[in-house]
Amino acid sequence: MKWIKNACAAGIVAAAACANAQDVNLPLVVELTGPGAVSGTNWRDGALMAIDEVNAKGGIMGHKIVTSVSDTQSNPGVSRAQVQKAIDGEPYAILGPIFSGSVKVNMILAQQAEIPQFSGGEAAELTQQGNPYFFRTSFGQHAVMPRIANYFADTLKVKTVAMVWVNNDFGKGGRDGFLKAAAARGLKVVADISTEQGQVDFAADVVKVKNSKADALLVYLNEEESARVLREARKQAVSIPIIGETNLLSQKVIELAGDAANGVKGYVSLSTEIPVPAVQDFRAKFQKRFNYLPDHNALKGYMAVYTVKYATQKQGKLDRKLLAKTMHGLTISPNDEPGILLETTWDDKGDIDRVSFLGEVRNGKQVIVQTLPKLGAGK
Amino acid sequence: MQQFIQLVVAGLATGAIYALVAVGFMLIWQTSQTINFAQGEFVMVPAFFALAAMKFGGLSFGASLLLALVVSVVLLGFVFKFVIVNPMLKHGVLPLVVSTLALSIFLKEAVKESYSAEAQPFPVLWSAGDVDVLGMAVSSQSLVILAVAIIVVTGLQFFLNRTRMGRCMQATAQNPAVARILGIPIERMVLLTFVINAGLVAIASFLISPIYLAKFTNGETLGQVAFIAAIVGGFNQVRGAIAGGLILGVVDNLSAVYLSAQYRSAIPLFMLIGVILFRPEGLLGRRTERTI
Repeated sequence: MKWIKNACAAGIVAAAACANAQDVNLPLVVELTGPGAVSGTNWRDGALMAIDEVNAKGGIMGHKIVTSVSDTQSNPGVSRAQVQKAIDGEPYAILGPIFSGSVKVNMILAQQAEIPQFSGGEAAELTQQGNPYFFRTSFGQHAVMPRIANYFADTLKVKTVAMVWVNNDFGKGGRDGFLKAAAARGLKVVADISTEQGQVDFAADVVKVKNSKADALLVYLNEEESARVLREARKQAVSIPIIGETNLLSQKVIELAGDAANGVKGYVSLSTEIPVPAVQDFRAKFQKRFNYLPDHNALKGYMAVYTVKYATQKQGKLDRKLLAKTMHGLTISPNDEPGILLETTWDDKGDIDRVSFLGEVRNGKQVIVQTLPKLGAGK
Repeated sequence: MQQFIQLVVAGLATGAIYALVAVGFMLIWQTSQTINFAQGEFVMVPAFFALAAMKFGGLSFGASLLLALVVSVVLLGFVFKFVIVNPMLKHGVLPLVVSTLALSIFLKEAVKESYSAEAQPFPVLWSAGDVDVLGMAVSSQSLVILAVAIIVVTGLQFFLNRTRMGRCMQATAQNPAVARILGIPIERMVLLTFVINAGLVAIASFLISPIYLAKFTNGETLGQVAFIAAIVGGFNQVRGAIAGGLILGVVDNLSAVYLSAQYRSAIPLFMLIGVILFRPEGLLGRRTERTI
């Protein structure tokens, strides 16, 4: 039995050596494979860049940030297991995932363990469940969809809309939100087309759009599917305006869709093309380090790390329960924390508020044409 | 009516690509009893050969396609035959099936690790736009895909039925023992089918990747569809595999619009079950004959 005792003792010593109590553990649980690979890879690289920057400047109040990267495979079941694994490592906060379907099934684990979770999920319901440990890094659909409906009604002045959406939690939330917002603005949705996550052939869906005789098309899909539908729309010579939100106008979609992305317009809640010097610096640094152009998810991952840093410094101690409390009603300005890039406010539900934009794709580049102000102000 | 015809044309274009893959599937089964469960990944890989040639070799798109075709023929034809099929075939069909399953995983992971886990844009072979056909707007890209597939399949049929080498391949498929007695170099004929299969999957890859985008997971869908198409159409007839591919392409589009977008991927499986239950030799297959 002696060898068992020795082995146990050695194990305990080894575990203690690995988990330095002075470190700030921020595990990344994101989509690195599957349909969410584009989003997750950007988030990961943005977060890693921020972690390196913070550590180079002495960490958070002198504590070094340590991290690990787990792949959810864009699968809610796997994401739940990965978040549980992250929780077992006693993290200070969890960064990710991005897909709302995954977040929905794993946020309860973080809540039960009283660990703050910073996510890229946009489904409206995520912040409507009374989880005090959940925080967004981008707008929820309940904030985005009314603005898209306004764009159709006020800017494009169209009466009928065809909508192509992805049948997952993200897409369903967006679709329900848009139908409500469209009805409020007197828009008629003449084609309500559901597609599958990971779908590769959109020929039938685009034929349906063409035959709906809609005045404009709203595309609400994840990045790769957005690119495929744009390519198919170009292939079938769709001539009506194609409108979307941040995903549709993202750098990755533009890269994948090529010329087919030109002319796409819409509402952009976050982008690396916005005319803010700090964001442009981030973009240049990111491209230099990772050799590809970042999208909004890279910004989200980057800002999430700096959010944790600022809030922790504000509360003055490494206390994750206190971190959750500090986050509610918090406003972080670039004057106080340059890494936040854009002034951002979190409300009592974990929803955010900041400036947003209208953009379009011209000559293979996203161009911001208008900046929209914050909805309100935080403390 | 216009919507129906547009759906049929788009479905035929996609189905024609499925047909190319299914024909290759069927060819190597008929001549060497090799069920290639890596066939989907065989379609996925050539697009990455072309992308790598453009990215790392700085070649033009046309030159990259040509190089990718040659590399595909060498790796997915010769190397596959000599390194995997020959050593495993002597142990029976099952070990070979397991080997091709392992190969499919290897190819997928190799592309993911060596190139990217993310989808990659693949240039289109033909500029987009509509063509007026009998007063209806039909996608020119769909017509080009259909035309390329028809030319390839017609050329293959001509080769198999009208040339001495093609007839030797038919004889090898029908009765290898007698073919050998007649002096036909059956090993060479079998090898030729692997080479033809590699060529077919490479062409399918170049046609499908602009639509699907090049991604390491593309083979999952394509392999399944090609397998179902070959069985539905008839596993022992080229024309069966062609019909199976076309039917699946059209049915997929029509079911997405007129039945259910959610259950569209289940429709081919229902067809497969129906064929197995009521016409196991396939829609155009023959009960006992082995031919190509």
